[in-house]
Amino acid sequence: MILDAQPILSSPLANAVGVWIASLLTLMIFSFLYKDNPFYKFAEHLFVGVSAAYWMCVGFWTTLIPNMIARLWPSHMGGVLPAVVGNQREWGYVIPLVLGLILLTRLVTRIAWLSRWAMGFVIGFAAGTNFTRYLQSDFVSQIHSTMVPIYEPGATTAATIGNIFSQIVIVGGVVSALIYFYFSKEHKGIFGRTARVGIWVLMAAFGASFGYTVMARISLLTGRMGFIIQWISGSSW
Amino acid sequence: MADRQEVTIIERLGTVDRRYVFLLIAVAVIIPLIVHYTTAIPTSAIVQSLFDKIESMPPGSKILISFDYGPSTEPENQPMANAVTRHALEKGHRIYLVALWATGPRQSQKLIDDVIKVEFPDKVYGVDWIHLGYKAGNQGLINTLLSDFRTMYTTDISGNAIDGLPMMKDIHTLRDFDLIIGLGSGFPGTKEWIQFAGDPGDIPVGGGTTAVMAPLLYPYYPKQMVGFMGGLQGAAEYEYALVKIYPKYAMRSRIASTTMGPQVTAHLVIVGFIILGNITFLIEKRRKRKYR
Repeated sequence: MILDAQPILSSPLANAVGVWIASLLTLMIFSFLYKDNPFYKFAEHLFVGVSAAYWMCVGFWTTLIPNMIARLWPSHMGGVLPAVVGNQREWGYVIPLVLGLILLTRLVTRIAWLSRWAMGFVIGFAAGTNFTRYLQSDFVSQIHSTMVPIYEPGATTAATIGNIFSQIVIVGGVVSALIYFYFSKEHKGIFGRTARVGIWVLMAAFGASFGYTVMARISLLTGRMGFIIQWISGSSW
Repeated sequence: MADRQEVTIIERLGTVDRRYVFLLIAVAVIIPLIVHYTTAIPTSAIVQSLFDKIESMPPGSKILISFDYGPSTEPENQPMANAVTRHALEKGHRIYLVALWATGPRQSQKLIDDVIKVEFPDKVYGVDWIHLGYKAGNQGLINTLLSDFRTMYTTDISGNAIDGLPMMKDIHTLRDFDLIIGLGSGFPGTKEWIQFAGDPGDIPVGGGTTAVMAPLLYPYYPKQMVGFMGGLQGAAEYEYALVKIYPKYAMRSRIASTTMGPQVTAHLVIVGFIILGNITFLIEKRRKRKYR
């Protein structure tokens, strides 16, 4: 039998209690906009505590259990992961187990140096993996994406004019912004004027980014307000 | 006397209590929500491109949807997930729900409860859709999935062995998917799906992120990303494209469109304050020059 995914809150009463708690906590957080107060402090501390506990529980049940314990002691997983009970023990997972345990030696000052081995492994893996992928996706591919033909055969005149304009803006914008960050030559003459264009390009980019940030914050505010209205009116919005 | 009055008004505007600004923003958001003020958001090319990709794939195509966000950005990301899932299931595609964030499975569960079970009750778990849940490892996880999917995902979120699920039979690596959709709000997210799956594996990647992240993702389109939804507006545009082709979703697929009304009014208030701030700044500058 295939077990289907379970709903988050199965009973209407649990759902109603959850909505009331969420709504009151939302109002407590919003109360900070008037001024700092004990209700806000309570909600803030509760959020931090619940978040930490949630991440710890999720990390334990979705990472440590299936990725570590279930691979080293599959026969003991009957009550948690019945599907892996018959699996063979994977001895290779002793290495991450040891690295994970020595990471905890940071708690004991005398042997804290041992944790550097585990940290070194983590940092080395991350640096090695990221370096090649960032180089390919964010450097080589982005240069390739910037250097595109300004004329495409078969396109309409309007599309061609638009395309040419777009490519000039992209290439000109990239080059002028790069020149602005080139400090080995004094920003004077045509070099200085190009750097000045670079500043405008950067300002336009920051402006767009700021605009998007405002939109994001308003979206979140709308979501919360919608939730509150739903709570008060008892209907969907 | 006139100068004195002008100074007072400018001073008052310059020192206005910020709580009045908060209050006005709140009013600008609440009233459109109560009166259900909405605006039509025509689909932009970048969102249409993602829509067209899903629309053009043959029925039964395998789509991996990654939930790389949590409740804090639900208003922006959840409408994206709902609209894309509706479209994919309507077209008869198979969807695989995963998460790079520990908070992701709750969001995918919400999608299951609100959309899949309600609107597509005939779709069978393990045949048409599957919930694989969260795995730790960030980009390292994607790297592993690219070479061997089953090393990390031995069971689904409920503990069922994936070998017993029909739709997992053909899945051995990420390359077996026809499309990856990363819905995210930070690290790891859509960017990592492009870097560690799309580019090295030559797998089509699309996605949607919060508006804060959106400007960082646009440069990947169109060469490294098939399409993209930027913030709530991107979600509203996708809903618009979906309802245009499938009008039966007009009543259900409108969460983002509904919340774009408050966006417009709140932005008008913000733009108004920016203009007002600049006017008072310029007047004050002129006044200082006059009395110097």
